[in-house]
Amino acid sequence: MISVNGLRKSFGEVKAIDGVSFDAGDGLVTGLLGPNGAGKSTTLRVLYTVLKPDSGSATIDGIDVVANDLEARRRIGTLPHSSGLYPHLTARENIAYYAKLYGLSPELIDDRIEQLVQQLEIGDFADRRTKGFSQGQRTKVALARALVHEPQNIILDEPSNGLDVMATRSLRALIKDLKAAGKCVLFSSHVMQEVAALCDEIVIIAEGRVAIHDSPDGIRNRTGCDDLEDAFVKAIHSIDSSE
Amino acid sequence: MSALGTVFFKEIRDNLRDRRTLLSALLMGPLFGPILFAFVINLSLKQSLGEAGEPLDVPVIGQEHAPMLMGYLKSHNINITEAPADRAAAVEAVKTGKHDLVLVIPGAFGAELADTVPATIEVISDLANTQAERESRRALRALRSYDRELAAIRLVARGISPTVVRPLNIDVVDVSTPSGRSALLLGMLSYFFLFALLTGGMNLAIDTTAGERERGSLEPLLCLPVTRDQLIFGKIFAACLFMALSLFLSLISFYVTLQFVPLEKLGMTPNFDPLVVMKAFLLLVPFTLLGASLMTLVASFTKSFKEAQTWLSVVLLAPTLPILIVSILMVRPSTGLMIIPSLSQHLLLVGLIKNEPINMLHVLVSVTGTLIAGVVLTLICARLYRREGLLG
Repeated sequence: MISVNGLRKSFGEVKAIDGVSFDAGDGLVTGLLGPNGAGKSTTLRVLYTVLKPDSGSATIDGIDVVANDLEARRRIGTLPHSSGLYPHLTARENIAYYAKLYGLSPELIDDRIEQLVQQLEIGDFADRRTKGFSQGQRTKVALARALVHEPQNIILDEPSNGLDVMATRSLRALIKDLKAAGKCVLFSSHVMQEVAALCDEIVIIAEGRVAIHDSPDGIRNRTGCDDLEDAFVKAIHSIDSSE
Repeated sequence: MSALGTVFFKEIRDNLRDRRTLLSALLMGPLFGPILFAFVINLSLKQSLGEAGEPLDVPVIGQEHAPMLMGYLKSHNINITEAPADRAAAVEAVKTGKHDLVLVIPGAFGAELADTVPATIEVISDLANTQAERESRRALRALRSYDRELAAIRLVARGISPTVVRPLNIDVVDVSTPSGRSALLLGMLSYFFLFALLTGGMNLAIDTTAGERERGSLEPLLCLPVTRDQLIFGKIFAACLFMALSLFLSLISFYVTLQFVPLEKLGMTPNFDPLVVMKAFLLLVPFTLLGASLMTLVASFTKSFKEAQTWLSVVLLAPTLPILIVSILMVRPSTGLMIIPSLSQHLLLVGLIKNEPINMLHVLVSVTGTLIAGVVLTLICARLYRREGLLG
């Protein structure tokens, strides 16, 4: 369960987010949708505690991300926008490194990695050094790394970037699995179709503010557009014209 | 295992597989110093041995005007050889480097000698050329001693003791031991060792900030439930280990090199047995924390791996500065100087090689001073690592 309340964050003169509020519940997939530079990544970065908000608050399972950042991080699995691997370590070693840093016990680590290797179908390259991996392979390993401690909340920043059709499909399957397991999944995207295909809830962000937050059907009704893409454009324009 | 330990061991495994780190830590650093050293020593050995041993060839114009002098020179291991036809040709030959020097004895030489007028001899040489300069110095030395002998004979013939014109008897007593003489040359060693030490941890230091950032692995790393202090301390300690390893290897490789360099021919017997190797290691190893934190600090301000490398090559030269200044000022070791890192290691190492008794107070001040500087810089690094702007 992720709650965001009136988050603001500026970088110098630039207001990256200007009062963002929404909730992302357990057993739901919440999509953070918005054009480039809308403030999606900044919001997510505050949630996984690498940025501190200027004002407002955010909680992960009720834990404040500023006051208790260590505990908050323990409850999230994160796939940041840039998710580099260590090229001299094998895929398995990359995952094991994170498992150890998440504090998993050594007996548990091997079992858990094996489970993820099956789930994400990375068996073919699990014992190869990650140097020279394709974008799809790298994303899979980075996902396994983020999920190794079985977090309740999963934050993915544009996870489908650079993935081919097959890799995108298996990513979607994974997100559905996580939802079925009762996890709280929050991911950002600027691709309408992707969000429409996956999300129970959509939060459209533009100019650092929430333009609309509803289910896909709710958004269609409220904007009066049958097509989600039209709804998206309309929602963004409503923010622009309120300036 | 603690998070710090996990980071430490991961860095070690990661870097042991990195050819770039291995090359600089285990090969470049440790071999660069000793090889350069052996090269310099062999060169100076060749020069100084050549001076005493081998006969010197000197072309002389007008040999027939000074048969006695020719005999004298021959008895001083100087071969008289065929000279260019005239003085102009001789100047040309020296200019082009065909000859290093040419002696010119004018036709009036014999007559002038007989009249006790100073008899002119010309030595044509290019003194800007080191080789020629040395050879002409040798020829001049022989000419001067011939000059003195003739003077003595003349005085004796006039019933005056030659000692009359030598009011002073200057006697230089050299108290330097063979180990001490080596120290002059071996003084540059401490820098080689510090250089090797720093090179060993360079890639790790860069990787902590610029490297992780460039690879995109920094952000997910910061999302883990470990404090940033644990991450950076683990990384700095791993860099320390590689630096210590590189230092150790460079000491060993130098020890091995010394077995093949005939230093005793230069009148040097450096005190560098396995025990000294060990002591030197212990004296220098506190520098690793300072080196690792300094490099991490500098690298943390850079944007990319390449930029970091550029800046860190400046850091590689930093330890030379105090050493250089003190070598020029010829300062003797004192407790106050031992506070300065790199300088204190240099002075202690030189003392060790000179086989002087170790001043435990100096060692204590050097070790604590260097460690304190290292701890302070490490804490500054940790502070910078907590910045929000770290992700760039």
